[in-house]
Amino acid sequence: MPPLVSIRDFRVAFGGVPVLRGVDLALGKGEALGLVGESGSGKSVTWLAALGLLPRHAQVSGSVRLEGREILGAPAAELDHVRGGRVAMIFQDPASALNPVLTIRKQLCEALALHRDLQGNAVKAEARRLLDLVGIPDAGRRLEAYPHEFSGGQVQRIMIAMALAGNPDLLIADEPTTALDATIQAQILELLSTVRRELGMAMVLISHDLGVVAENCDRVAVMYAGRIVEEAPSNQLFADPVHPYAQGLIGALPPLDGPRRRLTAIPGTVPDPAKMPDGCAFAPRCTLAAEPCRLAAPTLAAIANDRSVACIRAEASRRALLGIAAE
Amino acid sequence: MSAPLVEVCAISRSYAMRSGMFGRAAAVHAVDGVSLTIAKGETLGLVGESGSGKSTTGRVVLGLELPDRGEVRFDGQPMAAPGTPAWRAQRARMQMIFQDPLGALDRRLPVAAQIREPLDIHGIGTPADRDERVRELLRAVELTPAHGARYPGALSGGQRQRIVLARALATKPHFLVCDEPVSALDVSIQAQVVNLLCDLQAQLSLTLLFISHDLRVVRQISNVVAVMYLGRIVEIGSADDLFARPEHPYTQALVSASPAPGRRSAGRIVLAGDPPNPAARPQGCAFHPRCPRAIARCKGEVPALADVGGNRQVACHLVTGAETRDAA
Repeated sequence: MPPLVSIRDFRVAFGGVPVLRGVDLALGKGEALGLVGESGSGKSVTWLAALGLLPRHAQVSGSVRLEGREILGAPAAELDHVRGGRVAMIFQDPASALNPVLTIRKQLCEALALHRDLQGNAVKAEARRLLDLVGIPDAGRRLEAYPHEFSGGQVQRIMIAMALAGNPDLLIADEPTTALDATIQAQILELLSTVRRELGMAMVLISHDLGVVAENCDRVAVMYAGRIVEEAPSNQLFADPVHPYAQGLIGALPPLDGPRRRLTAIPGTVPDPAKMPDGCAFAPRCTLAAEPCRLAAPTLAAIANDRSVACIRAEASRRALLGIAAE
Repeated sequence: MSAPLVEVCAISRSYAMRSGMFGRAAAVHAVDGVSLTIAKGETLGLVGESGSGKSTTGRVVLGLELPDRGEVRFDGQPMAAPGTPAWRAQRARMQMIFQDPLGALDRRLPVAAQIREPLDIHGIGTPADRDERVRELLRAVELTPAHGARYPGALSGGQRQRIVLARALATKPHFLVCDEPVSALDVSIQAQVVNLLCDLQAQLSLTLLFISHDLRVVRQISNVVAVMYLGRIVEIGSADDLFARPEHPYTQALVSASPAPGRRSAGRIVLAGDPPNPAARPQGCAFHPRCPRAIARCKGEVPALADVGGNRQVACHLVTGAETRDAA
């Protein structure tokens, strides 16, 4: 059985400046994959490009297959079926994704009419069912309300309802809770996992928040400067990160319990995409970097059954980590 | 614990807000009877969700806004009236850092000139001294004079926040109010700035009021943490102890909502309901409509912040009520 989505040697450049430099990723049916990385690492661009949502001047190459069918460069009619129908996307700022002058009913019914073969009253009934599903109280009456009459958390619930309108196989949630308060974030994440379980939907959760990804995903891919540097089951990644960047990210997170320690900040900043260093993009910030790191970019290689890492110093890095842990 | 540098005594601040274009103006109590003391050289962390009044508290403490009631005392003295020479002298000893460093910097001025500006305004040192002080400040925030010649647009987010920090330190303040200073930064850069802030605090024996929604960052840097909900402090205690054993149901929910790598969300407290609206503050305990443990008394009576031992104060009937406070 082919995976639900398989991305191969995926590259994106804007005006000759590469922002995505060869991404390989596969996602099974019903699986939850987390994508973490700092701003500019290419986590959002990967999916915008895969769905043909980037402006025309973006140069995209590689392969994106949905159940074995190539969708990169597919004709518009086919993409229209994929977007919203098979793969839905929700964004960080839900308020700007809704039309402020149309009622929620109009906007939900529009999505339903596009992707589902429903007529007349059935559309409205389905819209109401979706609002119920995402936990908007008094759904029948609230259908007639405008976006500004809802709170930020509720607007994100409505966006999730709209994303579910086409019965997608895959939901891409791009920083869905970043703009929300902590207690509301917990509500939305709980909703996402309930919906996913009930509908057997796959999910890609894009976030800069390691904790959010760790708790809600089966598998995590860490991105740095347009590449995946480590991929692992989430419990393993956080217990035993191998790539020095993944280690750095976890070390930079202040603990919420136990003794306070000085944070291990990663020195320097993310490289400018127009002036990417030769070899490994992380080498200039890496404490373990050796001469060969600056010569060739490491490829993502398997180190265990379901783990892979793109680092030629992976073994050294692992030893260093164990050494620190042993002391 | 040394003598308090900042004493905030029961400050309240409300704003008039109109509902709709022709609606009647209603008072929104952004901050309602908040009292805090910050000891010299210590950090008080203020956490809460949007609309909890934490930023307004910071602005009132700094004298950027006047409280409707209550007063702020700095080093034992009440705050001088805004605009007076005494106020200016006092203001040089306290500075503020905001969340958005690009918004706090002038895009059309090299950053070194912006670090120098407070020295010019307060007439500190000779022009040559000021240039030397700017170099010293750049070094203190781990940047080079070459960075100083650049414009804000040519610096990264973390570097810009360092510049804002350098400028805030120019007048050698004793007290800094940091309002979400690292929230806009990526995790790895956030750690750099948090470490830098801790180092500078130790070197310069700064007193900090650190406002953030991020419990992890607040715990990392604070000695004492206060949790705000709808304009009031609901719990206050030492940083380690508060997050390890939160007493107030709201603090418990906040701690539980903070995602942790390596911990699955089993047993998480997910609060029902929307974030509170400061314009429609519920009767009684403001948290009772969302509280999983609310009792009848919570609807009618506002709980007062009361000492529960162990340097902890909690405003909750369930915690401070005699019948529920047993051997816990």
